[in-house]
Amino acid sequence: MSFIKVIKPGFFTTIQDRGRYGFQKWGIPVAGAMDEYALRLANLLVGNNQEEGCLEITLLGPTLQFNMEGLIALTGADLGAKLNGTDCPLYEAIWVKKGDILEFTGVKSGCRAYLAVSGGFDIPEVLGSKSTYVRGKFGGFKGRPLQAGDQIPVAGPSGSWEKLRGLQIPVEFRTGFTNQINLRVVLGPQSDSFTKSGIDTFLNSTYKVTNEADRMGYRLEGPKIEHKSGADIISDGIPLGAVQVPGHGFPIVMMADRQTTGGYTKIATVITPDLNKLAQAKPGDSISFQAVSLEKAHQIYREYEGQIKKLKEYLENTKNTVKSTKKAMILRINNKEYYVEIEEV
Amino acid sequence: MYKKALYLPAGDKSLVIEFGNTISKEINLKIRNMILALERANLPGILELVPTYRSILLIYDPLVWIYPSLISSLKKIETELTSLELPKPRVNLIPVVYGGEYGPDLPFVCEHNGLTQEEVIKIHTGTDYLIYMLGFTPGFTYLGGMDERIATPRLKTPRVKIPAGSVGIAGSQTGIYPIDSPGGWQLIGRTPVKLFDPYREKPVLLSAGDYVRFYEITPQEYEEIAKKAEAGNYQVETREYSVGEVAGE
Repeated sequence: MSFIKVIKPGFFTTIQDRGRYGFQKWGIPVAGAMDEYALRLANLLVGNNQEEGCLEITLLGPTLQFNMEGLIALTGADLGAKLNGTDCPLYEAIWVKKGDILEFTGVKSGCRAYLAVSGGFDIPEVLGSKSTYVRGKFGGFKGRPLQAGDQIPVAGPSGSWEKLRGLQIPVEFRTGFTNQINLRVVLGPQSDSFTKSGIDTFLNSTYKVTNEADRMGYRLEGPKIEHKSGADIISDGIPLGAVQVPGHGFPIVMMADRQTTGGYTKIATVITPDLNKLAQAKPGDSISFQAVSLEKAHQIYREYEGQIKKLKEYLENTKNTVKSTKKAMILRINNKEYYVEIEEV
Repeated sequence: MYKKALYLPAGDKSLVIEFGNTISKEINLKIRNMILALERANLPGILELVPTYRSILLIYDPLVWIYPSLISSLKKIETELTSLELPKPRVNLIPVVYGGEYGPDLPFVCEHNGLTQEEVIKIHTGTDYLIYMLGFTPGFTYLGGMDERIATPRLKTPRVKIPAGSVGIAGSQTGIYPIDSPGGWQLIGRTPVKLFDPYREKPVLLSAGDYVRFYEITPQEYEEIAKKAEAGNYQVETREYSVGEVAGE
C-alpha cells in the first residue's frame, strides 16, 4: 500500500478539498481549503482534479516520510520545505520515492501551504467530501489533524505522471504575499444596520489580525464600527467571507469552518479571490476593506476563473513538450529494492 | 411578513431572499413553500439553499448567471408561489431523562420560576415544538413555542463541554445539543437519541417544518436506548398529524 507516514505532526495539518456543499440546511459547515486557489494549483500540477483533497499545512509544517512513488506539489505559503535536506521548490511537480523525507523549517511567508499528491489521498468521503471538519470530528483523516505515526493512504497516480514531472507554474500565476492586505467586499446583506459613519469607519480604517484567527473566522481589531441600533438580528445564513460585526464593533471575517447560521449583523462579504489572500494572513497583519459593486465583483470573479482556466491550458500544452530524458525505476534484486535514475547522454 | 421578498446581495456567490423580520409560523411556511418551488424549478447553477427563520441563503455560480436575470427568475418563482402541497408535519417523540446528572440545572430552573421539578417536566413535555430551522452546529434545531413559565436566562459562565444529547433552556428557547460542544444553556435533561451521525444514511435526524415532543424516561431506559442507538438500531417514534392537532397550541 502506498502511504505517507507522519513523523512529526507540526502545528495543524488537515486534509481539505473544495468543501462539503449541500448540507448547510442541516447545520453542517462547508469546511474545505482556506486558500482554494493554492489548492487548485497544487492539484493541477500533479494531474489531479482541481477538487481533490490536499494537505492543508498551517504555519509549522509536519515531517513526512513517503512510502510511495509519485508526484507531489507544494503551493501557497512558503514554510521552508526541504526534501531530503535540500530546499524543495514550490509550484513544481516533484517526483518522490520511497523513503524520501519532506520537512518544514519555518514560515518564510504566508500562513497555509498545500501539498497535493498524484492520485490524491485514498480516504473515504464523508457526505461527499474529503474535507476535515475538526469541531464535528468527521471527514479527512479520522476527523482530526494529523498526528505522529499516522499513515495516510495515497491512491495510485492516475494518467501518466511521468509527463508532468518537473512542470512549473509560471511566476505570474503564483501568489505573492504582503503584510498589508486589501480585501475587496460587496456591501450587505445587513449594511443598512450601520450608520453612515460606521460604514465609513469600516472602509477607511486599517485593522489588525488578532490571535483569534483560525479556520472558523478571522477576528480583527481596530476602530469600532457603529451600528444604528444594536448588533443582533434574527439568525440567518452566513456565506463564506461574511464580515460579521457583533456588539463590540470589531469585524470578524467568517471562513471555511464557520457555523452555518448566526445572529449578528453582516456589514459586507469579501469577494472569493480575496479570501485566498486572507487565508494567508497571520496575527498582526494589516487588513483594509474596499467596496466594489456587485457587477465589478462578478467581473473580477470571471477573470479569476479565466486565469485558472488559462493556467490549466498552459499546463496541458507544456506537459507534452517537457522532454525529460531522465527515467526512474525501482529494481528488485534478491528481494531488495533499489531506486535507479538514468539519463540519456 | 414583507409584501414582497427582499433580494440582498451577500458577496459574489450568494444572495439572501428575506421574507420578513420576525420569527413567525407564517414566514416559516412561506420559506418552506419557496424552497419546495425552487427545488422543483431546478434552475441551473444553484449550488445550495439554506433556509432559516426568515430568509433563504442561496448560493449560485456566477459563471452561469448574470445577476439581474437570476433575480428576475427568482422573483418569477416567488410571484407564482401558491400554497404548495407541503409534506404533512410529523412529530418526533424524543425520550429524555430529566434532572440529576443528566440535567444539573433543573433545580435552578425550578427555583427561578417557583415551580417543582414535576411541574417543569410537565410543562416541558406538554408542548409540541416547531422546528423552525437547523443551523449553528450539525443537527442543531431551533425550536419554537416554549412555555414562558419555564423561561430561564443562560448561565453567566458557559460550560466548556456539554455532552451530546443534552436538553437545555436559554431564555424562552429550548433545544438539544447534537454534538459535544461548549455552551451556556441551562441543562434540564439528556436524550440518548443520536441527533447527528455523519456516517448514518440520514445524518441529521430532525427536519425543519416537523415538530419535537419530549417525554420522560428513567435512567435505566436511557441506558437501554443508548445501547440500541450506539448499535444503530434505535428508531425514534414519529407520528404524522395535521397542524390543528399540535399539543400546547
